[in-house]
This record gives sequence, structure tokens and C-alpha cells, in this order.
Amino acid sequence: MTQTDTSDALTQTWAHIAQTLSDDVIASEIARGEMIVTVKRDSIVKVLTFLRDATACEFTQLVDLCGVDYLERAERFEVVYHLLSMKKNIRVRVKLTAGEDMPVPSVTGVFPCADWLEREVWDMYGVFFSGHPDLRRILTDYGFDGHPLRKDFPLTGYVEVRYDEDQKRVIYEPVKLTQDFRTFDFLSPWEGIQRLLPGDEKAPAPPPVKQGGA
Amino acid sequence: MDTALAPETEIENYTINFGPQHPAAHGVLRLVLEMDGEVIDRVDPHIGLLHRGTEKLIEYKTYLQAVPYFDRLDYVSPMNQEQAFSLAVEKLLGIEPPPRAKYIRMLFAELTRILNHIMNIASYAMDVGAMTPFLWTFEEREKLMGFYDDVCGARLHANYVRPGGVAQDMPAGLKERIYAWAEAFPKMIDDLEGLLTENRIFKQRTVDIGVVSEAEALAWGFTGPNLRASGVPWDLRKSQPYDGYEQIEFDIPIGKHGDCYDRYLVRVLEMRESIRIIKQCIEKMPSGPVRVNDRKIMAPPRAEMKTSMEALIHHFKLYTEGFKVPAGEIYVATEAPKGEFAVYLVSDGTNKPYRCRIRAPGFLHLAGMDAMLRGHMLADVPAVLGSIDIVFGEVDR
Repeated sequence: MTQTDTSDALTQTWAHIAQTLSDDVIASEIARGEMIVTVKRDSIVKVLTFLRDATACEFTQLVDLCGVDYLERAERFEVVYHLLSMKKNIRVRVKLTAGEDMPVPSVTGVFPCADWLEREVWDMYGVFFSGHPDLRRILTDYGFDGHPLRKDFPLTGYVEVRYDEDQKRVIYEPVKLTQDFRTFDFLSPWEGIQRLLPGDEKAPAPPPVKQGGA
Repeated sequence: MDTALAPETEIENYTINFGPQHPAAHGVLRLVLEMDGEVIDRVDPHIGLLHRGTEKLIEYKTYLQAVPYFDRLDYVSPMNQEQAFSLAVEKLLGIEPPPRAKYIRMLFAELTRILNHIMNIASYAMDVGAMTPFLWTFEEREKLMGFYDDVCGARLHANYVRPGGVAQDMPAGLKERIYAWAEAFPKMIDDLEGLLTENRIFKQRTVDIGVVSEAEALAWGFTGPNLRASGVPWDLRKSQPYDGYEQIEFDIPIGKHGDCYDRYLVRVLEMRESIRIIKQCIEKMPSGPVRVNDRKIMAPPRAEMKTSMEALIHHFKLYTEGFKVPAGEIYVATEAPKGEFAVYLVSDGTNKPYRCRIRAPGFLHLAGMDAMLRGHMLADVPAVLGSIDIVFGEVDR
């Protein structure tokens, strides 16, 4: 399949999805050659079932499912599903947003491989999946507290482990750093000082500059 | 016969812990097996014993500093993963590496594929009782890691493929040495096959064990050789070519039965195809630069820094602050030796990734263990586990 065929198929499928699922889709676009569909949280099972079964799509494989944390948003988490259609040789990215106490319907009934992927998102971000058969932590330690990939979880963590010779077992202790955690702000190092002096905000705004002659 | 007089026995399922310190567990895997006698009722893999928080760490590193983390995911095939990350960054930056760099990447991606497959086949053979392949293939791995050493100075953790090309050009004479090795290697595959392919014991351990149908393989998210062994002709190098695979001629071997034996055969045939690709890469490799000629992304050559102040500034800025990547998100999938290895990169326009999701093929392969092993005997656990090619560096991340 050549590149133009693929992009044609992508545009057609995209139009079809946007039209058929207009009630469930919040936004959809094609960016950098990728189809991105943002859907309502409660419609995800319906949307993925449609994408899997409709002959115009046939996204038969859920390749990936992951979370992203946007701390400043009201619904801070994004759950991102990546689907692959082998028949049409195209991919689609389905996204939805969720807050800390907003359960996302589990898609394990549509794609069995979502089982572990949803467990990972729960473990890493604390997004709850309703209807999941076995929502346990998967990557972190037994009895771990917190969700490490959240943006407000510190990189160094809260506890560290070591083997205690007296107690003859591994023990947990609050993390102790010999040197403070260092992070550098590279975003605006060369812009110099701003032209604002303390107290400037009290002064009246300068009159607007007149445009042109009149 | 009076059944009432038979002694009453209570049959109870019991649980077996397999690992986390078991030589056939390929690292640190704990399987909790619920057994009905010798037959497996349920498998509950406990993973995460090697979890290092790679995705979190990458969020605090510049794009260039993130590259070495990819060597440490699947540590038997480092360069393929660097390639996936580099492709993702390049796509966001909107740049393309020079043609020679693409060929070097393909060449080393295929060398790495062989590196991975001989490791898998050999350790698999040892899991089911054959010692010799392990010793033979490690000799070949030694030569391959020698090529790694020649090109980047490291035998395992290469840090060679970078966004914008590769770290440096291949040294003179390496091309010829790789070609000579590629000429001799098929003999080694023949020897390996002579030991295993028709071996009665090997076949008894693998044929019709852990059968995965086409529909199951798709539903469980299998990719790579494990998917192809179930009869799905899907290879990202062919269907969604990256770097320069569209210019290379090769075939995709597929299996028929989806059992452990087919997965072994697919890997053997893939190695033969990789040899074809390696030879073509060397024959077609153009000359020219191996790094993109953009001083805001790749540092200038060392010699230039001795004379040019501007080059020195560029070098300093790149290795302290790094380059900034335009805001946006991208999903780039590559055909790593174990399957679809993908990077989902979210950039917020700064010099560090906002989110770097690593899609590791082994994670979903291991998730399929439960369904594959139900109804099998305890002795089949290492056979199935070895055949799906698990490395915990990438499963746990």
C-alpha cells in the first residue's frame, strides 16, 4: 500500500467516524498524519466497539492504552487508546478526559488486552476503571502508596528500602537525599530582567498612542 | 462394589510460586500458579520487580539525555529502541536524518534483531533441555557486540542512534567485516537448526504447546514474531516503513499453528531475512554525513569546536539545555525484534518531554500467559514463557 492510499483511507475513515459517532465525539482532527478522536468518557465502550466492528474501520487491535496527567486542567487525566487497523493499514488515537474521582468505563469486554493496560494506568495515575474484572496494582511494590506518574508525585518518591541487619529483613524508611534534588529552569535563562519595577502596577496606565493622523 | 466404603479423600487445588528467582523465569518474574494436580488452572503473573520508573525519569531529562534509558529497557536489543525514540523526536522536530544515517540505523537494527533472536532461541533451547546452542550462539553474540563496540565504544548500552542521525560514522573497514560475518553466519543458523529443528526432544516440548489462534493473538495485543507465528502477515517494516525499509527487499516469514514450535521457526527464518537486509544495506549504503546539519539539534564536530567560537557555544548549549521540541504529540511504532515497540511522545514545547509513554511488546505478551497456559502441565510453563521472548527490562520499564 502506498503512502497516498493510506492517507486517503485515513481521511475517509476519519470522515466516516466523525459522521456516524457525532453524538459521542467531542473533537476529531488529523494532525501530523495521525487521526485523533476525543470522545465523551461514558461513550468509550460504544466507540471502541464501533471502531472494532464496523466494516469501514476494522480496528481489530488495541495496541496501547496509557494515561497522561495535565495537572492544571479541571479534569486532569487523559486516557489515550491507540488502535490499529491491519486491513486498512491505519491507526487511530482515541482520547478521553477524567478527573481523580471520575471512573472510566473499562474496555476489557471489547479488547481483552486492555486488562493489564488499565491496571497499569490505575497503578501509575489512579484513574479508576469501572467494570474492570481485577483492578489491582501491577508495577509498583506490594503495599505501595500513591500513584507515581502523577505530576505532583516527586521524582525521588517518599520511601526508600534497605536491608536491616538487626531485624534481618528489608525495611522502608522515609527517603533521605545526601544532596537536595536539583532541577534547572531552562525555559527563559537569557531573557534578562523585565521592564517592570516594584510599584509599577499602582501607576495609571499610560494613555493609548494615537494611531495615524486625524 | 460398595462405594460407601471407599475412603473419603479431599482434593484441593494448591498454589505454586514460580520465581521470582528461577533460572527459567528470564529475569525477575513471579508466577502464582493455581494447580489442579499437574494441570494449571490459573496463572497470575506478578511483574514490576524490575520497575525503575523509566517513563517518570525521562520526564525530568532533556531529549538527548533520555536516549540511554532506551538501551536499558529491552537490554538484548538496545539500538532498535533508540531508533524508535529518535524517530519520534525527529517527527516532532520535522527533520529527517541524512540517507547514510538511515542505512546505518537499518544495518544495526538488523544486527540487533539477530542479537536478540539468537539470545532468545539459545536460552529457550536451554529452558527445554538443550545446552549446546547456548554456548554456540554466545560466540556469535560476542562478535555482534564487537561490532557494537567498534561503532560506539560500548558493547551493550550503545547510545548510538540519536535524534537527527547517529552519534558518529562507522570506522573504516567495519563494513567489510560485517559483510564477511554475514556471509559466514547462515552456516551457524544451519548448525543451530541441525541441533533443534528436527530434534525429537525439542519437538516434544514445543509442538502443540501454547497454541494461539489468529483471533486470540489479535485480541491479546500480540505483535512481532508471536503474531506472525499465528499466521498474521504483519510487519511494520513492510506495512509502515520507517528509515529506509521501503528500499530493501525482504520477506516476512509466518507460521501456521501458533504454537511454541512455530514461534521458534519464525525467529529462525527472520534471522535469515535479516542477513539479506544487512547485505543489502552494506551494498547500497551511500556516503555522506551521518548527522543532520542543524547546529540547533546536533552538536558540531569536535574539530570545529577547536577553532570556532560559535561551534563551542552550540556544543555548550546543546549539552546543558538541550534542544526544544515544538509542542504536540506523536505515536511512532517500529518493528523491534520482540514486536511493536512504540513511543508516544507528548511535548509541551520545552527541552524535556512532557510525557513519554513506552509501548513495550513484552508487556502484552506476558499478559497473554494466563490464557495460553490454562490446561497445560506445569512443565510447559518454561516452554511457553521462553517462546514468547520476555525480557523484564521492557516489561517492567
